[in-house]
Amino acid sequence: MKQRNYIKIEFPARSVNEGFARAAAAAFAAQLDPTMDQLGDIKTAVSEAVTNAIVHAYPDQAGPVQLRMRILDDDQLEIAVRDRGRGIPDVKKAMEPMYTTGGEDRSGMGFTIMTSFMDGLRVRSAPDRGTTVTMKKRIRTKAGT
Amino acid sequence: MQVLSSYEDGRLTLYLKGELDHHEAAAALRRISRTVDDYLPRECAVDMEGLTFMDSSGIALILKISRLMGAAGGRTWVVNAKKQPLKVLDASGIDRLIQVSSAAEG
Repeated sequence: MKQRNYIKIEFPARSVNEGFARAAAAAFAAQLDPTMDQLGDIKTAVSEAVTNAIVHAYPDQAGPVQLRMRILDDDQLEIAVRDRGRGIPDVKKAMEPMYTTGGEDRSGMGFTIMTSFMDGLRVRSAPDRGTTVTMKKRIRTKAGT
Repeated sequence: MQVLSSYEDGRLTLYLKGELDHHEAAAALRRISRTVDDYLPRECAVDMEGLTFMDSSGIALILKISRLMGAAGGRTWVVNAKKQPLKVLDASGIDRLIQVSSAAEG
C-alpha cells in the first residue's frame, strides 16, 4: 500500500512527552478529516503505547521513543510507537487484561484499550532490542462513506 | 490537570479537570489521598465533567480511590463522564466494580 504522507518524531522517554505525542498524533490525523470520536480513539491509543514505552522500556534512563505515522492510499492511518529498550519478555502475557509489571499506578488495561479503539494492533518485541507497537485505523469520512 | 474537591454530610466530591494521563496521575493521587485522609468521608463521587481526556491511567486512579475509600468501608462512584473518558471506562469493564454515569451532553 502506497503512503500519501508520513511523520517521524523522536523524543526521550519522559512522561511529560505523553501529552505532546498524542497532540502531535491528533494534529497529523486531522488531515484525514476524522470525527471527534475517531480523534479521541487515536489520541487514547497513542497515549497508551507511548506510556508503555516510557514506563517499561528503559529502567535506568530516558532512552529514545519514536512515533511514526503514515497515511496510506486507502485512507488508513498507520501508527507505530517504537523504543529500543529492554523488550517485553512475554508479549502474549503482557496483552492480557489487568496484567501489569508497572506497579499500582498502572491498570494493565493499555493493550486492551489499544485493541478496542483501533482496527488493528501488532506488537513486535525482542529482548534488549526494543518493542514496536503498530496500530491501524481506517478513517471514514464524516458523511459515513 | 486539576483536582478540586468539596465535602458535605460525609460525601466527598472530587472534580477532575483537564487531561488525565500517566504524567498527571501520580500528583493527582497524592492530592486525593491527602484529601481523603483530611475528611475521612463515607462516600466519594468522582466528577468528570471537566475531564477532557483520560487514558488507562485514569482507570488505575479510580481503582486506587475505590481502595482508599473501601479500606474505611466507604463507597466510590463516577459521575458526569464525557464521551472519551466514558469510552475508556467502558472498555476497561470498571463499571462491573464501580457505578459510572455519563454527562448529559454525552
